[in-house]
Amino acid sequence: MLSSKASCNSHGQDSSYFLGWQFYEKNPFDVVKNPAGIIQMGLAENQLSFDLVESWLRKNPDAMGLKNKEGESVFRDLALFQDYHGMPAFKNELVEYMAKIRGNKVKFDPKNLVLAAGATSANETLIFCLADPGEAILLPTPYYPGFDRDLRWRTGVEIVPIHCSSSNGFRISMHALEEAYERAQKLNLKVKGVLITNPSNPLGTTMAKDELQSLITFAIHKNIHLISDEVFSGTVFDSPCFISIIEAAMDSNLERNIDVLSRIHIVYSLSKDLGLPGFRVGMIYSNNQTVVAAATKMSSFGLVSSQTQYLLSCMLANKKFTGKYMKENQRRLKRRKEMLVSGLKRSGINCLKSNAGLFCWVDMRHLLSSNTFEAETDLWKKILCEVGLNISPGSSCHCSEPGWFRVCFANMNQSTLEVALRRIKGFVERSRLNYQQNMGGFSRRLLSNWVRKLSSADHREEQER
Amino acid sequence: MGLLSRKATCNSHGQDSSYFLGWQEYEKNPYDEVKNHRGIIQMGLAENQLSFDLLESWLAKNPDAAGFKRDGQSIFKELALFQDYHGLPAFKKALVDFMAEIRGNKVTFDPNRIVLTAGATSANETLMFCLAEQGDAFLLPTPYYPGFDRDLKWRTGVEIVPIECSSSNRFQITASALEEAYEQAQRKNLRVKGVLVTNPSNPLGTTMTRDELDLLVNFITDKEIHLISDEIYSGTVFSSPAYVSIVEVLKDRNLENTQVWERVHIVYSLSKDLGLPGFRVGAIYSNDPIVVAAATKMSSFGLVSSQTQYLLSAMLSDKKFTKEYIAKNQKRLRKRQSKLVAGLEKAGIGCLESNAGLFCWVDMRHLLSSDTFEAEMELWKRIVYDVKLNISPGSSCHCSEPGWFRVCFANMSEDTLTLAMQRLKSFVGSIASNDRSHQEMKNSRRKLRSKWVFRLSFQSFHDREQDER
Repeated sequence: MLSSKASCNSHGQDSSYFLGWQFYEKNPFDVVKNPAGIIQMGLAENQLSFDLVESWLRKNPDAMGLKNKEGESVFRDLALFQDYHGMPAFKNELVEYMAKIRGNKVKFDPKNLVLAAGATSANETLIFCLADPGEAILLPTPYYPGFDRDLRWRTGVEIVPIHCSSSNGFRISMHALEEAYERAQKLNLKVKGVLITNPSNPLGTTMAKDELQSLITFAIHKNIHLISDEVFSGTVFDSPCFISIIEAAMDSNLERNIDVLSRIHIVYSLSKDLGLPGFRVGMIYSNNQTVVAAATKMSSFGLVSSQTQYLLSCMLANKKFTGKYMKENQRRLKRRKEMLVSGLKRSGINCLKSNAGLFCWVDMRHLLSSNTFEAETDLWKKILCEVGLNISPGSSCHCSEPGWFRVCFANMNQSTLEVALRRIKGFVERSRLNYQQNMGGFSRRLLSNWVRKLSSADHREEQER
Repeated sequence: MGLLSRKATCNSHGQDSSYFLGWQEYEKNPYDEVKNHRGIIQMGLAENQLSFDLLESWLAKNPDAAGFKRDGQSIFKELALFQDYHGLPAFKKALVDFMAEIRGNKVTFDPNRIVLTAGATSANETLMFCLAEQGDAFLLPTPYYPGFDRDLKWRTGVEIVPIECSSSNRFQITASALEEAYEQAQRKNLRVKGVLVTNPSNPLGTTMTRDELDLLVNFITDKEIHLISDEIYSGTVFSSPAYVSIVEVLKDRNLENTQVWERVHIVYSLSKDLGLPGFRVGAIYSNDPIVVAAATKMSSFGLVSSQTQYLLSAMLSDKKFTKEYIAKNQKRLRKRQSKLVAGLEKAGIGCLESNAGLFCWVDMRHLLSSDTFEAEMELWKRIVYDVKLNISPGSSCHCSEPGWFRVCFANMSEDTLTLAMQRLKSFVGSIASNDRSHQEMKNSRRKLRSKWVFRLSFQSFHDREQDER
């Protein structure tokens, strides 16, 4: 009766993963009302800099009140504005903001920018433009779990993973790229492109220029596209500084430039650096005019509210504000990340060295009872139920090695993070004690026997990002 | 260069390129009361500009709604972070109450069965993804909104098979037309998954009769298929007969909680009655929990901005305001429609009798040089270039009879409408006098002037076909 899309019920969702969500929702941490509750560390939100935005809003009530600089109401114009080309003033500000994030080393043309209702919409739209059902896109692992739905569900396009490993900091090697491409061929899948997230989710690292250029060379060689999801580009808080795919492309010899640029597409959003996921502001940037034209029409299915376009165009127009915001936000992210890293280190837990994002990629391999994903899931459940932290297991990000976890640090206040770190320390110490007690025993086994009923109530997995 | 998808390169999206000529011409030479009073008047845009003052007045009295405040406290952070695809509960409640109010509170809706989407454009496409596979078909009565060719078919791969309606019975849907469409689909080897109707109708401006609705219920029961009722114009019903929603019919026939109940889905939006197309607020309402669940997840691809959800939840929760708005808005629409109808009448042009919508379905068959779509195109070009009115030709709505045009009346000032009617009257008068002079020249053939060269430009600028609605 219904379509297969409606009844398949998988959307790339790992149902055990949502156990974490359910547990959290039933028992959420609150410093006053529920200090023993579960702390949410699976949400890649940036809550560190709202005060800066709110301060701007207080000083600029007209932007919210739908009035222009002269105090005249622009309500009517906004109410009627549904042009899928987007509000020109807003796009002008966005491209300048994007350039600023990239140290003004690249310049963007607002005509090449297509607005979408969030990066979720932008990514799906790009796939609709670049691939037909049954074709494939290569993605380096580990990757954002939401891609399984966003890139594949309604498009019918497949994802073939490029396996990355801790042996080289999870960087993409040419060998892994070629291997993934061949695997796709063996599966009879036509590869249409590679999609990278840079800065990476869940790794929190930025890609080096040579890595980017190797990818570009690969894309030219195979005659495919390159999508660079740069939603976390505004969260780079430490060196090395962010190098956008466009910058890397500009660096190649001029002859190939037009060809190169026509196969590179960027996705961006205001959900991560500005911390505004609720406002649904995403975008596609491409030099390929056919893609821009098609994506523009497709954006009809997910336009940005004109009310929101107006507010944010006013805010981004204030260069003093954006300059101050970027700097202060990055400073706070860096400080918060260092707090998490040093706290974990005190518990004998290391993280992948990172310079961006709202999370750390944490190495808990040494806490596994065995080098298996079963052991990873066991450990994850313990951390959820006993320690009371909802973190994201690497398997949900398709990581090929067990034992890695994504732990968010920017979606809570400092004292909550301190509580979380204390709990981890306690847990690690108890585990060590248990191990020592069981030394004479046989298997190193973390407590792991409980019965769990997997409920299939649907959940807000979009917040995993 | 890497190949793009077929969807990106097919370049048809159901767009009739000659139709956009009207748009281009308008953009080159838009009418302005002061600056360009000889420009083209836009009458192809189904927008409601008649009641903004009511909304603005509410906003002025309730600054907190736009100011991210609740009970005087800032909730900015909460809204900035709110991206739950289940939607803002307060907004969904206010929305279903508003929908019930529009239906005279003869039916109630459950906020747990509504899914918010970025406009009805997104809602319709999402429903297609939920109900049909690539290659399946939906039956649509003609004439229909041109945007459906893109919204329902483009990325979904679903086909549209028309249910031909004719002026002989005021374009109402008949049992034989339904059967004929179904059989046509079968002949084309297309599996029919449902029927989609727009009620009130775009472009007709009429509400469906109870008989038509009963017919549809019987048909979908018999064929075991879905029914989508696009009710985005339900708030624009300005005169009798009163609006009868499909839900009301199902209720009256005691079909609640039956299988057919679960196969009826409603699409709504705030773009037409509230006049807020820029805010992108659409909704799907379904009694099938699987459809609700799937559509909810799919709404990730087109969520409504939380900033907008909050503003409108505050506005629609003000029941005193909504009651007053609905009544005043309908009154203004009725008055404006009457003005258009009267003006056309003075020009010897009739309209389909209508009680809803932001447009009239105008009968210009008698002005055609021949009963053909070529003649309709000719007439249309004259009206765009000579009379300088951008109206929508029936062929763009897949009407099976030439000579009908959709003319909007709610997207301009009253004075502009008056001017448009004057121009039309002069035009018709000039045709009449041309006829007389031709006859005087002993030429017995009545021929409208029809020689000019048109360059059809295929540039895609200003192809804002979403505004056609």
